[in-house]
Amino acid sequence: MTAWLTPRNAVAVVLVALLALLPFYASVTGNYFLMSMFTRILILAMAAVSLNLIMGFGGMVSFGHAAYIGIGGYVVGILAKEGIGSGFVQWPLALAVSGLFALGVGALSLRTRGVYFIMITLAFAQMVYYVAIGLDRYGGDDGLTIHKRSTFDGVIDLSNRTLFYYLCFALLLAMVYLVWRIVNSRFGMVIQGARSNDRRMRAIGFATFRYKLTCFVIAGVMCGLAGALLANHTNFVSPAMMHWTRSGDLIVMAVLGGMGSAFGPVIGAIAFLLLEEGLSRVTEYTNIILGPLLLLVALYARGGIDGLLARVHRG
Amino acid sequence: MDGRSARFCRLVFAGHLWPILCLARIAVTLAGAMLYFIEQCLNGIQLGMLLFLLAAGLTLIFGIMDLVNLAHGSLYMIGAYFAATFAALTGSFIAGAVLALVATLLVGMAVEVIAIRRLYGRDHLDHVLGTFGLILFFNELVRLIWGPAGMTLPLPNQMLTAVQVLPGVYYPAYRIVIIATTLVVALLLYLLVMRTRIGMLIRAGASNREMVSALGINIKLLYTLVFGLGAALAGFAGLMQAPILTVQIGMGENILILAFVVIIIGGIGSIRGAFVASIIVGLIDTVGRAFIPDILRLFLSNNAASTLGPSLSSMMIYMLMAAILVFRPEGLFPAASK
Repeated sequence: MTAWLTPRNAVAVVLVALLALLPFYASVTGNYFLMSMFTRILILAMAAVSLNLIMGFGGMVSFGHAAYIGIGGYVVGILAKEGIGSGFVQWPLALAVSGLFALGVGALSLRTRGVYFIMITLAFAQMVYYVAIGLDRYGGDDGLTIHKRSTFDGVIDLSNRTLFYYLCFALLLAMVYLVWRIVNSRFGMVIQGARSNDRRMRAIGFATFRYKLTCFVIAGVMCGLAGALLANHTNFVSPAMMHWTRSGDLIVMAVLGGMGSAFGPVIGAIAFLLLEEGLSRVTEYTNIILGPLLLLVALYARGGIDGLLARVHRG
Repeated sequence: MDGRSARFCRLVFAGHLWPILCLARIAVTLAGAMLYFIEQCLNGIQLGMLLFLLAAGLTLIFGIMDLVNLAHGSLYMIGAYFAATFAALTGSFIAGAVLALVATLLVGMAVEVIAIRRLYGRDHLDHVLGTFGLILFFNELVRLIWGPAGMTLPLPNQMLTAVQVLPGVYYPAYRIVIIATTLVVALLLYLLVMRTRIGMLIRAGASNREMVSALGINIKLLYTLVFGLGAALAGFAGLMQAPILTVQIGMGENILILAFVVIIIGGIGSIRGAFVASIIVGLIDTVGRAFIPDILRLFLSNNAASTLGPSLSSMMIYMLMAAILVFRPEGLFPAASK
């Protein structure tokens, strides 16, 4: 067997191929619900991939990652409401605001470690959630409808569902590639070194705080992009998209898929969201099964699906 | 009141006493604001007391078992549901509360034995994931048993009155009961941890669990008891809060995040820190919500103030938390480091 043809890679290749072919299936069968569902899955997979960069490789367990989805989404929504419809303005601004927020939160929370870090990221995300509820002009608790998707004149028409799907698909692949490149770079090595022994990394002369903060901001920007996409996908933003359980869902996706690889969270997002969808068809009380399942994953399957595949290969 | 006093002023304006009476009116308004302020402070203290009940359990569990328990808010919710159910069954608020307290304690210990026990000594991410799963489970279980609609827990008649706490300041009797009972609970908790044999074991277990178990103490049982104690505290907070708010699914989650803020400010593992920080957070949150929109109105246009006010006032405690983190990353009362 050639070295690269492991079960892990095979599953990744098959998944990517299936995702690439999905719009054809949708147009043949007319099942556009499926395509819409998968557009959402791709977007949330981006968020999970970005979370995995800091959580899986950096050891920074952020319980407030949904805040960036909300920020990215709200920037698009607010600008649209104020009459600025151009994506060339909306998207860079969404990324910039997400990055700035990540810079602030990261600068504060990275001063601490472990459980403090989890609680602080959660608390700051909750703050953004309440701020969004307080924005009466932009719908407050009820959320804000976006009447027109971001316009990219002459480049891409986002109101075309298929094109939008492929845009999300391409961006997701780009993000996975980016994370893979980051992780295997010198920068990524420092981040991973800091995860396993921060003190030792500092002792050999790396200012780990700066590396970790940069990594945190990169992940925030990536997740902000996912937020901008999600706002365009649903044509709606509301505080619910950054409810703290959404942050929990992102953690679940990353862990379920496997935090050891850049592609793992994509598998996790697909598995988790399909599981949720499937269970909701069987029973009204999905979480009564999903909840204990998460507990079992935490107890017995921390490597996630990706870890299982790697184990299959080793035999 | 405003319309009436305006009419009063106009009447007086016709006479020649108006400067004096207008001054009097300003004095009355100020006194009114003062009364409102005192009332809001009491509300803040009351919220702080509830936060303390949650934060004490969380910080105890974290300090001793090194466990991040996100499902703590679920026990708060379960306490409230039990209280509403048992009070309806027995027809007595007190009996319902006592039964609910015992039931929450038992549920807490059962959860510890079935699930939580297996998470000790694991990575914090495992705790987050596992207890997040428990939250989903409990929310759905409550929906299955009690239905999606909320419940109410009516108060006995003698608690529906208002008590004069200061001359001219009336305050609902029940809220005073909350403050008083929580203070008693805090005192009992202090005595339990600092003055009893079991408290000594708890403290010993926090600093060196191997040594305690080597000395022949059943550390597993001790942990179950501590978790049950934390659950009972959370359940107590839930059942005390139940008559003020509606009992509903997810009621424990937002207050749990506030309790996290309390712990971050107070210092993880410190019950004293939790107590001080609870009151600070309760006061700032309540008083901030009551007055910030008005204060903003002094500087900004009415429209801008009412837009910014709610957002800014809900940000207050997080800004406090950020400030504390800058100056004292370990919190106000850091527990002795391990």
